Amino acid sequence: MARGDDVTVMQRRSAGLDCREVLGDVADPGAVDRAVRGQDAVLHLAAKVDVVGPRNEFEHANIRGTATLVSAARAASVERFVQVSSPSVAHTGRPLCGAGAEPADPVGARGHYSRTKAAAELLALAADAPGFAVLAVRPHLVWGPGDTQLVARLVSRARSGRLPVIGRGTALIDTTYVDDAAAALVAAVDACGPAAHGEALVVSGGDPRPVAEILGRVCRAAGVAPPRRHVPVPLALAAGRAVDLAWAATRRTDTPPLTHFLAEQLTTAHWFDQRRTRELLGWTPEVGLDAGFDALAAWYSRTETSEASS
Amino acid sequence: MSAVVADHRVPDDLPGLDPAWSRTVVAPDAEGRERRWHVLDNGVEPTHGTLLCVHGNPTWSYLWRGLIAAAPAGWRVVAPDHLGMGFSERLDTQRTVEQRVADLGRLTEAMGVTGPVVTVGHDWGGILSLGWALAHRDQLRGVVLGNTAVAQPPGDLGPPLIRLAHLPGVRSVGCVATPVFVRATSALSRPALDRGVRDALASPYRTPGRRRSVGAFVADIPFSAGHPSYDVVSDLADGVRSLDVPALMFWGPRDPVFGERYLADLRERLPQAQVHRFEGASHLVTEDAPHYAELVATWVRELDESQAVPATPDTDTEVAAATASEHVPLWAALDRRADDPGPAMSAHGTTVSWAALSRRVTELAAGLAAAGVRPGDRVGLLVEPSADLTSVVYAVWRAGAVVVVADKGLGFAGMRRALRGASIDHLVAGRAGLAAARVMGLPGSRIAVRPLPPATRRLLGVDHDLDELAGRARTTPMPAAPGPDAECAVVFTSGATGPAKGVVYRHRQVRAQVDLVRATYDLQPDDTFVAAFAPFSILGPALGLGSVVPDIDVTAPDTLTAPLLADAASAVDARVVFASPAALRRVVATSADLSTDQREALSRVRLLMSAGAPVPAALLADVGEVLPGASLHTPYGMTEVLPVTDVSYGQIRRAGAGEGVCVGRPLPGVEIAVEPFEHRGSDAALVLAPGVTGEICVRAAHVKDHYDSLWDTERTASRHPGWHATGDVGHVDDEGRLWIEGRSAHVVSTAAGPVTPVAVEQRVESLDGVRAAAVVGVGPRDAQVVVAVVVRDDGAADGRGRRRRRGPLDLRVADHELAEDVRRVAGVPVAAVLCSDRLPLDIRHASKVDRLEVARQAARSLAGRGGR
Repeated sequence: MARGDDVTVMQRRSAGLDCREVLGDVADPGAVDRAVRGQDAVLHLAAKVDVVGPRNEFEHANIRGTATLVSAARAASVERFVQVSSPSVAHTGRPLCGAGAEPADPVGARGHYSRTKAAAELLALAADAPGFAVLAVRPHLVWGPGDTQLVARLVSRARSGRLPVIGRGTALIDTTYVDDAAAALVAAVDACGPAAHGEALVVSGGDPRPVAEILGRVCRAAGVAPPRRHVPVPLALAAGRAVDLAWAATRRTDTPPLTHFLAEQLTTAHWFDQRRTRELLGWTPEVGLDAGFDALAAWYSRTETSEASS
Repeated sequence: MSAVVADHRVPDDLPGLDPAWSRTVVAPDAEGRERRWHVLDNGVEPTHGTLLCVHGNPTWSYLWRGLIAAAPAGWRVVAPDHLGMGFSERLDTQRTVEQRVADLGRLTEAMGVTGPVVTVGHDWGGILSLGWALAHRDQLRGVVLGNTAVAQPPGDLGPPLIRLAHLPGVRSVGCVATPVFVRATSALSRPALDRGVRDALASPYRTPGRRRSVGAFVADIPFSAGHPSYDVVSDLADGVRSLDVPALMFWGPRDPVFGERYLADLRERLPQAQVHRFEGASHLVTEDAPHYAELVATWVRELDESQAVPATPDTDTEVAAATASEHVPLWAALDRRADDPGPAMSAHGTTVSWAALSRRVTELAAGLAAAGVRPGDRVGLLVEPSADLTSVVYAVWRAGAVVVVADKGLGFAGMRRALRGASIDHLVAGRAGLAAARVMGLPGSRIAVRPLPPATRRLLGVDHDLDELAGRARTTPMPAAPGPDAECAVVFTSGATGPAKGVVYRHRQVRAQVDLVRATYDLQPDDTFVAAFAPFSILGPALGLGSVVPDIDVTAPDTLTAPLLADAASAVDARVVFASPAALRRVVATSADLSTDQREALSRVRLLMSAGAPVPAALLADVGEVLPGASLHTPYGMTEVLPVTDVSYGQIRRAGAGEGVCVGRPLPGVEIAVEPFEHRGSDAALVLAPGVTGEICVRAAHVKDHYDSLWDTERTASRHPGWHATGDVGHVDDEGRLWIEGRSAHVVSTAAGPVTPVAVEQRVESLDGVRAAAVVGVGPRDAQVVVAVVVRDDGAADGRGRRRRRGPLDLRVADHELAEDVRRVAGVPVAAVLCSDRLPLDIRHASKVDRLEVARQAARSLAGRGGR
């Protein structure tokens, strides 16, 4: 919007943005048709993201939602379709070191979210055709000020002294600062077309760090003590598996402290070869880690000041 | 029937095998009976020729999949399964070697193979492929052999494992009834083969019926006269000598079946052969060293080129002709000073005069010749630096033979590999060395340094001792002296950057080296020197200078203390000291123990030369305190060419900090050029201009002649004709000074371009609290990220000293402050800063960091769970 594009947002509840809004379920063909009509490009970000929950909810939002949107976009003669996916669609638990975007694997990927997102990405890419360019982008570990998911959870656990480093914290992990991720999505919408289509691209800062260092810097930015406690890897994995079983057995839907998936993610390298992404999107991260952590620290100090004054 | 056929079909999912190569060919056998063969065939129209690849027992054509994939353009590759083996027709009866050679000929005829043909054979496929070669000389363009044999070397009973498989009971049980033999063959591989590959190799031999020919093949290997195939194989082995086509041998030296002596036997029959030993590879060399395929393809490609382009005049020969007239033999000073009673050498408390040394060398040269040491023979030496070692070296040279010097710095296993790999003909050793030689299973006759009691002599298999040989001199004529082009030495690289490589020098090259050292350091006849750096302990007579070996184990450089150095210097009133950085570190550390007299002796030293590894400027400054009268020099060079440049302490200080280590300007007669990173390979233009970073190449009269039995290594190092590519990377600055930035193999290949490690390490090491750093890359080529592994001052004990040198580095994530500091000074983006208590160092110099090992461990650690 900042550069004068005509933007329509479709979501379930209004975010109060200053643009045209269509409210509805992404798997509802009627609502989706209304949203895509007359658009040049579709950027598909809607998804159910969680580590727990019943499979059918993920299938509904992620697979049916994508299918509905793709067919509506084609019917409305939209020419560019950017599917926002996740590196986890191709992650089967092995370390990824300088990896490219491997094919999405709806069977081998971990958890309902990743599997349904994998199926959705394949479905979207399969629709790629002359006149209907489909590009999948997979932003990796997006973080920044105001993040209620990753950063907020880490900080709240660190604050209560319950954030351990699993193992030695040496696993090398790439992340994406939120503004850089947003710029990459815009770049993807622009690039999507005859020169860039029919493939998936991982989007990341391209500047990996050992996981212990990332946790330490998040804590430092939030003004809490970095984790000192180390939990052995097998113990963390076992604990994660126990939590998985407990949540499944009791059908709890709140977010558990540690899942097997999360324990695995925190102890396995994921970092990516960004050359193809940068070449195709004509994009490079502008903020990066150092400026990103400065921004995060500034945000936390503002939040604390406002909390203290209220 | 259909079930049986299905069983005989090649599975279409074998690793590395393209099912499109697999075909069935019906051809008559030696007796004219139609047979069904399974053949791998790339189906290429042979515009250049055909590679006929012949497998051995109990493998099948699958063995050649890598070569088929790597085949040079225009070359058809045909790899049949022998009858009864692989996926070819099974047989009811045995077939002899003669029949199998004829079978192969019928098959190639049926397949329309007309030549030119290069035969490629492994194991018993070696005999069969050579049989085909002898029967098709008109089509033959070359022969390639890998781990095979055509004859048993005299006195040999045949490969022990094959002999075992030959015992009738063992054969039927081991080869046919059970898959032991089939499986044992692939189990020989080191490192262990991938399971999928092992299964693929065994796939045609799943049932006893399918294995019958495995047993029959073993039975047809002749190991005694009277065997039905014995005469055929003997004739074939003799016939091989008449093959005058180019030959290539690639060999896995860890083969318990066809050991090193079989390679020696083949080389003797095909002296024109190029040889490449894949150090560490075993019998299934095609599996253990899969890059053999590239090597064979390159060799075949060059056959084409050598045919197309007439041979260029050999510049080496011209150089040799020019220098032959003025060549001064390495022993010239010994002849000239044959009556000089002055000290030539002092070691371990014994001083030998020039006259005595000269006499001993002459006597030993004659004695060695009398004992059967022929010109060109290789003589292994397991003797500590001493007057004995020096006399033996010069006597071997005088007799026209070649010294093979494997020092203890290689470690026991490294020495064993080196001496076996060099195929020595004789060994001179002390009692301990003789015992070690026994354990190492070294070939060759044995010469003891000192007379031994008869029982010990017998036990150690000693043939002669030096005194006895010297005693024969009176009755033996002096052998003819070797010319400047004769080979004179095989020395070994330190193994700090991969398995130690044998490096061959000729007399004129060593002469050029000695002359350059003398000129560079302006050595005068009275410049008696202390040789605390092992290679220099034998060079005294060649330099025409007296020398002293300090009373330490020179091959363990960090045992030299300041008082011991002073005692050595005062014994001969030394003016010059040759030492290594590891020795100097300890000398500095023990300088407080010097007495006044010892300080006085050291103050008379006018020149210190430190060689073997880069010397930090700070260390040189400390050495300056111990040797106040000495100018401090450090040459740059390597086993393959030393010295290349020289730099003094003053010049190092003037150069200041820069991108790498400043090693000074090239010495007179030495040329330096750079192969830029962006244009690698033989087609790249070498750059002489300053400021370009890349691999350093050197041209000089004292560069080694060639690597020993490492055809591919030699090709790579000599890819620019006339130049030696050193494997070091660096650049030349505007003032013509060379800066070394690391090893080629250690360059980090990032998406933003190459990062050389040394300068980054120097900047990190400049931080307070950091003792040492290694900068390595992790991740795939062209997408690597930089990792700094740091040893802190407060880390455990001496990280550069005598601690454990192998094993896990115990890597930890550095704390926030250290990581920030490292990133601030590094000058390149650093993904991870890890801490360790030590860095892995080489044994010989105890100063070269094994960055590949650091990189391996860092990669494993940074991969987290599931990393390998």
